[in-house]
Amino acid sequence: MAAMVLSMLFIGVGMVSTVSGRYHGLIAIHRPLGIAILVLVVIRLINRLLHPGPPLPAHLNALERFAAKASQVLLYALMILMPLIGWAMLSAAGYPIVLAGAVHLPAILPHDPALYALLRRAHTLLAYTLFATFMAHLGAALVHALIYRDGVFTSMAPWRSRRT
Amino acid sequence: MSKQSRLIVIGAVLAVVAVAFAYVAGWLSAQRLSPARMIDAFEAAAGPHPGFRRNHAKGLCATGFFDSNGAGTRLSKAAVFAPGRIAVIGRFALAGSQPFQADAAASVRSLALRFALSDGEEWRTGMNAIPVFPVNTPQAFYEQLLASRPDPATGKPDPGRMAEFLHRHPESARALQLIGSQSNSSGFGNSRFNGLDAFRFVAANGVVTLVRWAMVPNQPFSADDTADTRARSRNYLFEALIADVRHQPLQWHLMVTIAQSGDPTNDATVAWPLDREQLDVGTLTIDHTQGEDTGACRDLNFDPLVLPSGIEPSDDPLLSARSAAYARSVTLRAAEAKPPSAVQTPKIEPGERP
Repeated sequence: MAAMVLSMLFIGVGMVSTVSGRYHGLIAIHRPLGIAILVLVVIRLINRLLHPGPPLPAHLNALERFAAKASQVLLYALMILMPLIGWAMLSAAGYPIVLAGAVHLPAILPHDPALYALLRRAHTLLAYTLFATFMAHLGAALVHALIYRDGVFTSMAPWRSRRT
Repeated sequence: MSKQSRLIVIGAVLAVVAVAFAYVAGWLSAQRLSPARMIDAFEAAAGPHPGFRRNHAKGLCATGFFDSNGAGTRLSKAAVFAPGRIAVIGRFALAGSQPFQADAAASVRSLALRFALSDGEEWRTGMNAIPVFPVNTPQAFYEQLLASRPDPATGKPDPGRMAEFLHRHPESARALQLIGSQSNSSGFGNSRFNGLDAFRFVAANGVVTLVRWAMVPNQPFSADDTADTRARSRNYLFEALIADVRHQPLQWHLMVTIAQSGDPTNDATVAWPLDREQLDVGTLTIDHTQGEDTGACRDLNFDPLVLPSGIEPSDDPLLSARSAAYARSVTLRAAEAKPPSAVQTPKIEPGERP
């Protein structure tokens, strides 16, 4: 999922900065990948609520615990909000929301330019926020992996150590 | 490895990701042509006009329908080509960023259309009443915009800059010559609107055909009467269009021209030979016009990459550039208050269709 989210951020900033043929290809990936992330995040959130993750290591102080929890809440919130805002923004712009071929999503908002303008700006702002949160998350994960070496990184990494 | 080295490694990883992000976003390349820079160039050419489209700024909404005759199903599986009637919202306009420009015989007229298909798909297209496009790349388009900026001293474009642009772009010089050699029709109603960019039609069996399309008027051609130009109102082309449609609906045939191998699909400055097969796939009827301020076209962005399944872009570099630039324009104007448009529909006279 991290790879998908990071890809989306790069695809997003890339596609709005180009007038080359890449624009069409990038935007064609951006929409279905965004919806895929939305579906996966919802599943992931449900799973997380049913099966809470491992406890944080004992050596963290109160501020570090708060930062860890808050950044996770922020990441979940942004991962859900971003695709929803994208879907809402295209709806408000009056575009068909094409995923692939003839497959398209219904509009979730009426055609309203002022609403579109607001959502379009929100999409950009929250994208930068998501990138910043991702970078902080990545930095913290690397600190746990290389400095604290307290098992937090292994609990996140897709490769599980069978020996613990 | 010491703790210090490990911290440096972490810093380096974060720096690499951040720099890569900045590069992809274009923040490290001052030269990259972005949609924002393209739109800035439009505003440099004709001044900022908040609320209006950044190109084809002066226009009029129109509505009608398309009667598909089924002939297009041979080439494309797009639902629009199945026999039947499809509702259409359109916009007649003049190229250029000046929303209050005076209509002139040589103004480039455009017709943009949105076909709303029954399965929820849409087809949007923008066509111009010129035989070829003056440029074949977004970079050349940008350079032409800059070359046509008014010189602050004279208020007019610097002819030296335009000559220099044409010298650098011989394909544009040839295209402009072809455009200039075409006699202008008397109005919107008897104009032929050409799609100019090539597209891929994908048939149900997967066969791909490269095409260009055009709306060819049923209304007979009559040349613009160049003798009498003094008495024309600033909106004479639009006023004639409004009056014509109120008298009776106007019709165009959607003609699809099929490329043969060797015909360039990525160069809108080059016309395809006139003997290429043309297929009549249906008839467009325009039966109402509305001023933009309240018309259905006002908030539509006629993005040429809004396509149904069965129609795909070709390798024409202008298509992505148009889509990206139009998106930037609609994003800007969606947040701006719009002053009243130049063209308003007058009240209906006795004897006219409502």
